[in-house]
Amino acid sequence: MLLKSLKILVLILPFNLFGSTVLEPGDSSEFDVNKMIMHHIKDAHEFHIMDINGHPISFPLPIILWTDNGLVTFLSSEFDHDDSGVKVVSRKNQQFVKYHEKIFYASEFNSGSYISYSQEGEVLNKKPFDFSITKMVFSMFISMLLLVLIFVLTAKSYSNSVKGIPTGLSKFTEPLILFIKDEVALPMIGKKNYKKYMPFLLTLFFFIWINNVMGLIPFFPFSANLSGNIAFTLVLATITFVITSLVANKDYWKHIFWMPGIPVPMKLFLAPIEFLGIFIKPISLMIRLFANISAGHIIILSLISLIFIFKTIWLAPASLFFSVFISLIEVLVVAIQAYIFTMLSALYIGSAIEEHEH
Amino acid sequence: MDLVTPDIGLIFWTTVSFVILYFILAKYAWKPILGAVNEREKSIKDALSAAEKAKEEMASLKSDNEKILNEAKLQREALLKEAREIKSKIISDAQNEATEKANKLIEAAKTAIDNEKSAAMKELKNTVVDLSLNIAEKLLSKELDNKDKQIKNIKDIIDKSKLN
Repeated sequence: MLLKSLKILVLILPFNLFGSTVLEPGDSSEFDVNKMIMHHIKDAHEFHIMDINGHPISFPLPIILWTDNGLVTFLSSEFDHDDSGVKVVSRKNQQFVKYHEKIFYASEFNSGSYISYSQEGEVLNKKPFDFSITKMVFSMFISMLLLVLIFVLTAKSYSNSVKGIPTGLSKFTEPLILFIKDEVALPMIGKKNYKKYMPFLLTLFFFIWINNVMGLIPFFPFSANLSGNIAFTLVLATITFVITSLVANKDYWKHIFWMPGIPVPMKLFLAPIEFLGIFIKPISLMIRLFANISAGHIIILSLISLIFIFKTIWLAPASLFFSVFISLIEVLVVAIQAYIFTMLSALYIGSAIEEHEH
Repeated sequence: MDLVTPDIGLIFWTTVSFVILYFILAKYAWKPILGAVNEREKSIKDALSAAEKAKEEMASLKSDNEKILNEAKLQREALLKEAREIKSKIISDAQNEATEKANKLIEAAKTAIDNEKSAAMKELKNTVVDLSLNIAEKLLSKELDNKDKQIKNIKDIIDKSKLN
C-alpha cells in the first residue's frame, strides 16, 4: 500500500524518474539510484511519459539509421519498450536491438539477449550510425518551434506598434534582447562590429536558455536534459570556435604565435600555451554548460531519490523541500549559464577581432 | 564515460537545428526586431536633440523678448520725457502769453485812465472856467451892493465849490 501511494506521489512529482525500472509492488529488486539518474539525464529513443500499473506510457520517436545496407527507418515503439537487447527489429536483412538506449546490430543470442560482451564486459556488437530523432532531438525541435514562434511574433508586434514602442510579447522579450545587446555584445565586441554578431549571440543565448528551461520542466514534452548533453554543448562550442577562428584578424594570430612586446625566449615559451588556449577556450565552454546543467538535474533527482534510498515516505517532505529549493536555484542557474556561454562567446569573438594599438 | 561521449546523431541534429534556427531567426526575427529597436533609439535621439534645439531657440527668443522689452521701456521713458517737456513748455508759453496779455490790458487801462483823466481835467478846467465866470458874474453883480458881503460871498462860493 505504501509503495503504491509512493508511486502515485512520484507520478505527480516532478520528473518522470522511472523508466521500466519502477518498483513494482512486491518487486524485491533494489532501486538503483545511479541507473535511474543516468537514465534521466541521458538520451533515449522514446519519450517516456509515465507508468500506469507498471506499464510504461511512451511517446514513440522515429529511429533513423545509416547501416551497411543504407538508410533504415522505423518507429522506436517496435522495440516494445525493451532496452536490454532482447527484442529484435529486422530491416533490410539486418537485425537491430536496443541496449542502454543505443542501437546495435544483433549478435548471436546468448545469455538472454542479442548482446555479446568482451572479457571486460564491453559490448562487442557493431553499431550503425544513429541519426534517430531521439528524445533530445525531439525536445530540440520543440525548442526551435517555440523560439521561432516567440520571436517571429515579437517581430510582428513591432510592425503593429507606433514608433517601435514595444507592445504585447515584445514587452517581455525586448529587455532580454537589449540585455544581450547592451551587456554582452557592446562591451565584449565593441561598438564598431557588434551588429554583425548580434544574430548569432541572440540565437545562441535563447537557444541555450530555452533548452535549459525546458529541461527543468518535469513533464512531457519537456524534461529532456539536452543542454546537459555533451554533444549539444560540443556543437555550440565548436560553432563559437569556428566563428572565432574565421573572423580573427592578424593581430589575434600574432598574439598567439609571436606575442609582441616580450623577449624572444618568452615568446617561444608562450606560443604553445596560447596555441592550446585556442582550443581550451571552447572546451571550457562545452564542459561548463554540460556540467552545470547535468549537475542540476542530478542534484534534484538525487534529492528525490533520498525517499527510495531510505525507503521511508517520512523523508518525502524534506526531500521535496530541498528539491523545490534546488529547482528554484536552477531556474537562476540555467539563465546564468546561458548568459555566461553567450558572454564568453562574445568575448572570444571580440578578442579575435580586436585591433591592438601598439 | 558514456555520459561524456558525444553521440554522432545529436551532434548532427544540433548542428542542423542551430544553423536552421540561426537563419530563420536572423531573417524573420532579429532583423526586424533590431531594426525596430535601432530605429526607435534613433528617433529618441532625434527627439532629444530637437528638444534641445527648441530649448535653445526658446532661450534666444527670451533674450530677444527682453531686448525688445528694454527698448520699449526706453522708448516709453523718452516719450514720457518729451511729453513732460511739451507740457511744461505749453504751460510756460501760456503763462507768458497771459502775462503779456494782462500787461497789455493794464497798459490799455492805464492809457484809458490817463485819457479819461486828462479829459476829466479838461472838463474840470472848463467847468472851473465856467464856474469862475459865473462867480465872477455874481460877484460883479453883488460887489455893487456890499463889498464886505461880496468878499464873504466869494469866500462862501469858493468854500462851497470844492474842487474835485
